[in-house]
Amino acid sequence: MTALRRLARLIRRIAGMPDYDAHVEHLREAHPECPIPSRREYYDAFVAARYGNTTSRCC
Amino acid sequence: MPSIILLLSALAGAAGWGMLALNRGETISAAWLILAAVGTYLVAYRVYSRFLATRVLGLDDRRATPAERLANGRDFVPTSRWVLFGHHFAAIAGAGPLVGPVLAAQFGYLPGTIWIVFGVVLGGAVQDFVILFGSMRRDGKSLGQMAKEEIGPVTGILAMTAVLAIMIILLAVLALVVVNALKDSAWGVFTILCTIPIALLMGFWMKVWRPGRTIEASLGGVVLLFAALVGGRYVAESAALAPLFTLSGTTIAYGIIAYGFLASVIPVWMLLCPRDYLSTFMKIGTIALLAIGILFVLPPLKLPALTPFIDGSGPVFAGKLFPFAFITIACGAISGFHALVASGTTPKMLTQESDARLIGYGGMLMESFVAVMALCAAAVLDPGVYFAINAPLATLGGSADAAVETIRGWGFTLQPGQMEALAASVGEATLLGRTGGAPSLAVGMAQIFSGAFGAALMAFWYHFAIMFEALFILTTVDTGTRVGRFMLQELAGYVWKPMGRTSWYPSTVIASALVVAGWGYFLVQGVLDPLGGINSLWPLFGISNQLLAAVALCVGTTFIIKAGKARYAWTTLAPLAWLLLVTLTAGWQKIFAADPRLGFLAHASSIAEQVSAGTMDAARGGRLMFNDRLDAVVAGIFMVVTVLLVGASVREWLQVLRGRKPAVVRETPFVETALAR
Repeated sequence: MTALRRLARLIRRIAGMPDYDAHVEHLREAHPECPIPSRREYYDAFVAARYGNTTSRCC
Repeated sequence: MPSIILLLSALAGAAGWGMLALNRGETISAAWLILAAVGTYLVAYRVYSRFLATRVLGLDDRRATPAERLANGRDFVPTSRWVLFGHHFAAIAGAGPLVGPVLAAQFGYLPGTIWIVFGVVLGGAVQDFVILFGSMRRDGKSLGQMAKEEIGPVTGILAMTAVLAIMIILLAVLALVVVNALKDSAWGVFTILCTIPIALLMGFWMKVWRPGRTIEASLGGVVLLFAALVGGRYVAESAALAPLFTLSGTTIAYGIIAYGFLASVIPVWMLLCPRDYLSTFMKIGTIALLAIGILFVLPPLKLPALTPFIDGSGPVFAGKLFPFAFITIACGAISGFHALVASGTTPKMLTQESDARLIGYGGMLMESFVAVMALCAAAVLDPGVYFAINAPLATLGGSADAAVETIRGWGFTLQPGQMEALAASVGEATLLGRTGGAPSLAVGMAQIFSGAFGAALMAFWYHFAIMFEALFILTTVDTGTRVGRFMLQELAGYVWKPMGRTSWYPSTVIASALVVAGWGYFLVQGVLDPLGGINSLWPLFGISNQLLAAVALCVGTTFIIKAGKARYAWTTLAPLAWLLLVTLTAGWQKIFAADPRLGFLAHASSIAEQVSAGTMDAARGGRLMFNDRLDAVVAGIFMVVTVLLVGASVREWLQVLRGRKPAVVRETPFVETALAR
């Protein structure tokens, strides 16, 4: 990973921003059977989970 | 080696406290205050937080955390400890630690410093750490859920009601701080209004045009924000534009109310989420800048260590040093609100249990340091200037000339024309009677920044500080209204099922309107208050925040007792006892004190006398009396709820300790970690 991408990842984590690449990595490793969402789908789901009142479940 | 660092920290702290204690009557450098605070934090972190981590809580790195077991790449994400420290700090540090210490500076810098530093070490950081630990052991459950499961269902509902009530008072008082900072300031109003289209633009960027590209949108947003700040000066100096943006307090208050309602019912991606990112960046950036400024300039503290106002005669807020210093400074010393964050997103991100010590205890020490810096920013002002900004205009005598006389009467000096010159230097029409803490903090910050980076930009720095405060207070208004709405829907759902469905739009609109009406009422009350409103609302906020801390400490004590470690329960019981003493005394005095400046009921009676004597209009008097009585009832409800909650907790503890009830800890069962250490 380049230094710039590492910095971007750091900023995202601190500010509580979605990290699409990390999520895709996680899905590939832990849940190979799950479909990979598009950037747009992932962003929508992330925002809904962070500011919603529902407890999110994996996949 | 570690013991040498410990010794040096202890010596630094002792030197700092020694200078603060011995040096009376002369101005001393802010360096000593910072040294005393940081030295104490380092010793407390190394010694006391280690004791809490190993003996009291028993953090266990062999146990898998929720982030590991439930990892979903979204909210349950194992996160490295320093990154999570930054995240947690950004979530807990808001306007509270900046405003409270500035107001409490009316007693001088010493009482606030002592309470901020020792309150955090023995109280606030302990609370955050214990709640973070408890939530981590329970898959990230919220404070309300934990209170319900560990103490009982009635306690759970009481705790939720208390949280909702506190939220309403908090939002009202924070919104009032913004109103007082933006009143009659075209520059400030223009800049803050610009944050709305900037946030909308960012929202569409991240959702529609470039999905998920949050960093580039935020960078663009920050650039636009600075453009708005520069544009504000142009607006303020333009004869055509300035009147359009020069608004009265009442207009701004209704504007914030309408904004809060809209922000709560439109989709989060449009406004709330981009604002959240923007204010996080601004917050971290500005606090870092303030720390650099203070360390670079090391300004002298012009405020005395103690002022004559410790006797309760102060103009900023009524009440003696005890208990009101401990109510006025909540955030920074101990803040119940943190218990909501420590049982929110953070526990779901801890990679290993031992990280909870740095993030829970250490994160709160960091917030306390922000409070110390805010106190420094207030203490670098001339005392006369500090009181001219923070005392209500009516108390000052209504005009600049009268203010000079009034402040001389209090034993401080203010030159004729000094306030006018200061206001002109920061691009404001007036700074007299700008209560609420934000303007004086902004003047203090502007002086520090000017000292560090050059004096040419004084007005720019002032408005930068105002924008920074208003930006994240309004973000708190957005998110708080939304959280309050969810809680109201959940509570209403017990009565009528459909109201509990957060996805049902009519329920969303009704619940949002109710929450906004709740804080909006108190906000308008504060704006119309002849003494500026901060006088009566800030103590209510302090009492309610400390009450929430008492709830959190009750839950924490329950964890410790049920884990069979009752011999260590003093770690949470001691701060709990202190908070109860402070909160109940302050609440009692606010309701029943005979001095109309202090007691709500006495104030209502004095208004009644004015009405019957014909010196006050009956309709206006009636409204003021109603508000006084309402405030008294609210304070009374807070006190009753506290006593009930503590009573229920004590009963549960005694039953467990006497063996009448099995000590069932409702932790998630142990699973060994698969992560290599």
